Amino acid sequence: MTTTLVVLDTTERLRRGDRELLVLARSLGEAHAALPAAPGDGLLDELAGHGVAAVHVPAAGPGDRLTTPAVALAAAAARAGGARTVLLPNTPEAKDVAARLGVRLEAGVITDAVGLDTDLVATKSVLAGGWTTRCRATSPVLVATVRPNSVELPAELPTELPAGADRPAVHVHEVEDTVPAARVVGRTELPASGRPALGEARVVVAGGRGTGGDFGPLEELADVLGGAIGASRAAVDAGWIGPEAQVGQTGRTVSPQLYVSCGISGAVQQRAGMQTARVIVAVNKDEQAPVLEIADLGIVGDLKKVLPQAVEHLRSLRG
Amino acid sequence: MNRPLTLVVPVKHVPDAQGERVLSGDPPVLERGPGILSELDEYALEAALQLVEASGGAEAGHRVLALTVGPADAAAALKRALQLGADAGVHVLDDALAGSDAWVTARVLAAAVERIAEEESRPVDLVLTGMASTDGETSLVPGQLADRLGLAHVGFASSLALAEDGATLTATRHTGTEVLELVAPLPALVAVTDRANTPRYPNFKAIMAAKKKPVRTWSAADLGLGPGDVGLAGSLTRVLEAVPRPPRTAGEVVVDEGEGGIRLAEFLVARKLV
Repeated sequence: MTTTLVVLDTTERLRRGDRELLVLARSLGEAHAALPAAPGDGLLDELAGHGVAAVHVPAAGPGDRLTTPAVALAAAAARAGGARTVLLPNTPEAKDVAARLGVRLEAGVITDAVGLDTDLVATKSVLAGGWTTRCRATSPVLVATVRPNSVELPAELPTELPAGADRPAVHVHEVEDTVPAARVVGRTELPASGRPALGEARVVVAGGRGTGGDFGPLEELADVLGGAIGASRAAVDAGWIGPEAQVGQTGRTVSPQLYVSCGISGAVQQRAGMQTARVIVAVNKDEQAPVLEIADLGIVGDLKKVLPQAVEHLRSLRG
Repeated sequence: MNRPLTLVVPVKHVPDAQGERVLSGDPPVLERGPGILSELDEYALEAALQLVEASGGAEAGHRVLALTVGPADAAAALKRALQLGADAGVHVLDDALAGSDAWVTARVLAAAVERIAEEESRPVDLVLTGMASTDGETSLVPGQLADRLGLAHVGFASSLALAEDGATLTATRHTGTEVLELVAPLPALVAVTDRANTPRYPNFKAIMAAKKKPVRTWSAADLGLGPGDVGLAGSLTRVLEAVPRPPRTAGEVVVDEGEGGIRLAEFLVARKLV
């Protein structure tokens, strides 16, 4: 039975993306999880519910060192558990971990995977979503980062210990992490919006030059749809919204179920960040806007009228 | 800062993302037409130039070297880097390198950085990279290079500066929810995002000056790497198949005559997106 190690960075509750990795790991065989510190019983129960057989934690907390503690733990856990595959989220933080882990384990690393079959052949999106490849590692171990919204979750998500099941065994590793590293000396929380993270959101409402700097109507629509706010480079460069919201080739690539493009013309670079969305809706004053060529529904009109009317109608349908 | 610093900026020659990009062959590889310097590398080069300028400039003995691994036409990326302000170029040029994955690329770059330190007779203090190449897009090479060279590593930095002591650097990094302030000892590797700066354009004088700047060319064997270490043979990942994404087609386009928002809402309901 092949073992898959899932490297998570939570010690509290599982997020949707974590659950996707665990479901994928179980589809390949036995699942192990590596966590940055000892988990509480609630998290252990959730992991048991996902069929995790063993949990790996470091003897000492990660401290203030960037990236390398997670690399050292994952390497130790992969070796101890005999992992054939190591799965991580597709975030920048996890990609840095995956890169260095690949060197430590002499393992091929595949990023941006959207699927992984039982022969360990990965499907991945390349060239800014323009092409799809199937690829595999030629090394004994594969390290892969998996895009959010790639794995179907069961309708009933496990949140407690299944009847008759045991909590997974917790293995404590004395990890050697002595390589030079950057240290975190300060943290500033970005203002919390209460909305999902852009990279993981199932709905993204994005604005560009055509918003004129007013994201209010977009935020109302995002909130009624439970979505995140994104922005084109033009809107970020204008200082209307923080750079963390940028969608595009040099910003974040998103693959939501629904992408609502508002006042964005849809130049090549912006399209590159969103063309793998399942459904695209565009609202634009300009009937020549390139985004209308790829939208499943295009509304030619003023977003300041169209969006509030849509929000009002959706609310009325909900009663 | 009184110690002369040596900075290395790996740069990549890539097909222009504005044009059509095609994967072909068995195994599928990216067709190489006329290319450009990967846009994200310009931020790394700009960061290197700004650090040098803030520390006394070339007069203080600092050196910025642009390093590329690629076929003969990758010389164009080096030329651009020299025009932008790098002092010298290094081109690792070898037909055996074709098809190299991130694992091999990091291995070749690591060997080249070590060779640069030997030839310059002083250690490399800082390696600056872009956050990803605009063709491979894996973001793996910076971390793999740092791990191989045993360098302190900051990925996805949105700003950086050298500390007064000349022995450390400070950087910031945005995560989805917070901004991290970081300190790293030199020597270090920093991968910068496109938030780090605004890259300059070369002027006529810089373009002329670049023609006189030296470029060293090394083969894989010059770096102690055999044919089995590089290219497809040395890679740990294989592409089995590549297919273009079916082009998205325009759906319905509705001109708003007062009911556009309702139409939008009904579409979302019909597609079960609410």
